[in-house]
Amino acid sequence: MATMDEMYQTLIIEHDRSPRNFKALEAPTHHAEGRNPLCGDEVSLDLRLDADGRIAEVGFQGQGCAVSKASASMMTTAIQGKTVDEAMALFDSFHAMLTGKTADKEILGKLKAFEGLAVYPMRVKCATMAWHVLKESLGASRES
Amino acid sequence: MSSVRAEFPIFSRTSRGKPLTYLDSGATTQKPQVVIDAELGFYEGWNANIHRGVYEFSERATMAYDGTRDTVAEFLGGVRADEIVFVRGTTEAINLVAHSYLKPKMTPGATVLVTEMEHHANIIPWQLVGATLKAIPVTDAGELDLQAAERMLGEGPLLLAVTHVSNTLGTINPIAELAAMAKRHGVPVLVDGAQAVGHFPVDLTTLGVDFYCFSGHKLFGPTGVGVLWGRHELLEAMPPFQGGGDMIDRVTFERSTFAASPQRFEAGTPNIAGVIGLDAAIRWLSAQDRPALERLDAELLAAGYEMLEQVPGLRFIARPASQVGVLTFTMDGAHPHDIASILDSEGVCIRAGHHCTQPLHARFGVPASARASFGPYTTEQDLLTLTRGLLKVRELFG
Ligand SMILES: Cc1ncc(COP(=O)(O)O)c(C=O)c1O
Repeated sequence: MATMDEMYQTLIIEHDRSPRNFKALEAPTHHAEGRNPLCGDEVSLDLRLDADGRIAEVGFQGQGCAVSKASASMMTTAIQGKTVDEAMALFDSFHAMLTGKTADKEILGKLKAFEGLAVYPMRVKCATMAWHVLKESLGASRES
Repeated sequence: MSSVRAEFPIFSRTSRGKPLTYLDSGATTQKPQVVIDAELGFYEGWNANIHRGVYEFSERATMAYDGTRDTVAEFLGGVRADEIVFVRGTTEAINLVAHSYLKPKMTPGATVLVTEMEHHANIIPWQLVGATLKAIPVTDAGELDLQAAERMLGEGPLLLAVTHVSNTLGTINPIAELAAMAKRHGVPVLVDGAQAVGHFPVDLTTLGVDFYCFSGHKLFGPTGVGVLWGRHELLEAMPPFQGGGDMIDRVTFERSTFAASPQRFEAGTPNIAGVIGLDAAIRWLSAQDRPALERLDAELLAAGYEMLEQVPGLRFIARPASQVGVLTFTMDGAHPHDIASILDSEGVCIRAGHHCTQPLHARFGVPASARASFGPYTTEQDLLTLTRGLLKVRELFG
């Protein structure tokens, strides 16, 4: 499992420097914003769902640490083309992995790179913030 | 290894598999063996509740608990022991004063004068009792604007509530000068001494303030214990903060009367072991060569500034002329939390975030910063390890 150091070297810095889908959408169907009062990180998320209920387009903006930015960036690529249920299943697995519970790692794909974060509970919040905002934007009931 | 450092058992431990480089004493200090032994010794040897039993252990616990008032009173320059109120920490001390001193005096629109560098603990309690806050501005150097202070004291605040030392910038504020100014305007003064008492001696017999508070855990003592000092005549005139056992004179269902201060403000079973640990901590600190510790702190601070200046893209938030050992900075392109995580992987503990001073960060236009703060056990090696870690951050973030 990657140490914090290795995660920074291989993944986090790359996405921090060139975040994917770092933009506002022209015509979003869903939008939500989140803030971590502990560190002042902010993320704003736009989604466009197509007629089949699939996530056709995602954009995020915000400011914060590299972990939260990298996680938001990877989330946007991971949920593209997924249905709402599929995206939520992804979040459940991601959350389970980071909180040391049994997770369906198969569906996580590239998101598995964050696994090492589980031993840094203070930073887990940074990695899950964008996902919580996603959930809120989709109007799913809040938990965890 | 300096002899002081050898008294702190934690430095034989590792963090993330690396030797511990502890640079977060502003958040809480480490504990010398004598403090650990004092708390342990109480629980192992003579644990009992206070003020209640006539048996040996209870008497001994009561004597130790109340005797700590003498230790604290002497530590604060020789004030009256019955002016020492034991509380949970600085936060509770300020809430106590807000509730029992300020609230009865509140009128619509009444103000409390604070400063832009206050910890949230010296902001929220006043807001909770309905006070409007005005804040003395902080200059670019991270110091209080004393001309503004003079003017604002003349605008009739009910109280001046000011920190002795900024937890974020390390600034040592000129409290005696501010207190003299406040006195001319008839404004009472509360001082948040949380970051001061561990760094230099404080003499409340000459400082000219009305309330002073601090936390044990920033003074090499345990968490969950702290001190409120207040002038006897002020404390005597204040109603209780909380009700319960130990703070009463006589109780009936119609009406109860209360004990004299300080007991009036210590409802319920207090943190007895914590107070005993605080006593040990103050005795330990008082036995040190304090001028030597202050010189060491100043030398390390100068060395720290010099080392960190070599890190490309690192900016200090401010550089006050008179300050304790605290280095607070940002780095271009690297968020403070990332800085702290990368340092953590090297065993270096620093604080990242707003350090409970959001208004001060807003004043300097940054959402967060990284802070390395020193204790008497800090060494030049710690600063070298910090600098090496920061160079690694620089390398990673380009
Ligand atoms: C200047 C200052 N005031 C108040 C506090 C609050 O102290 P405590 O959390 O021990 O009540 C702190 C500690 O963080 C501080 O640094």
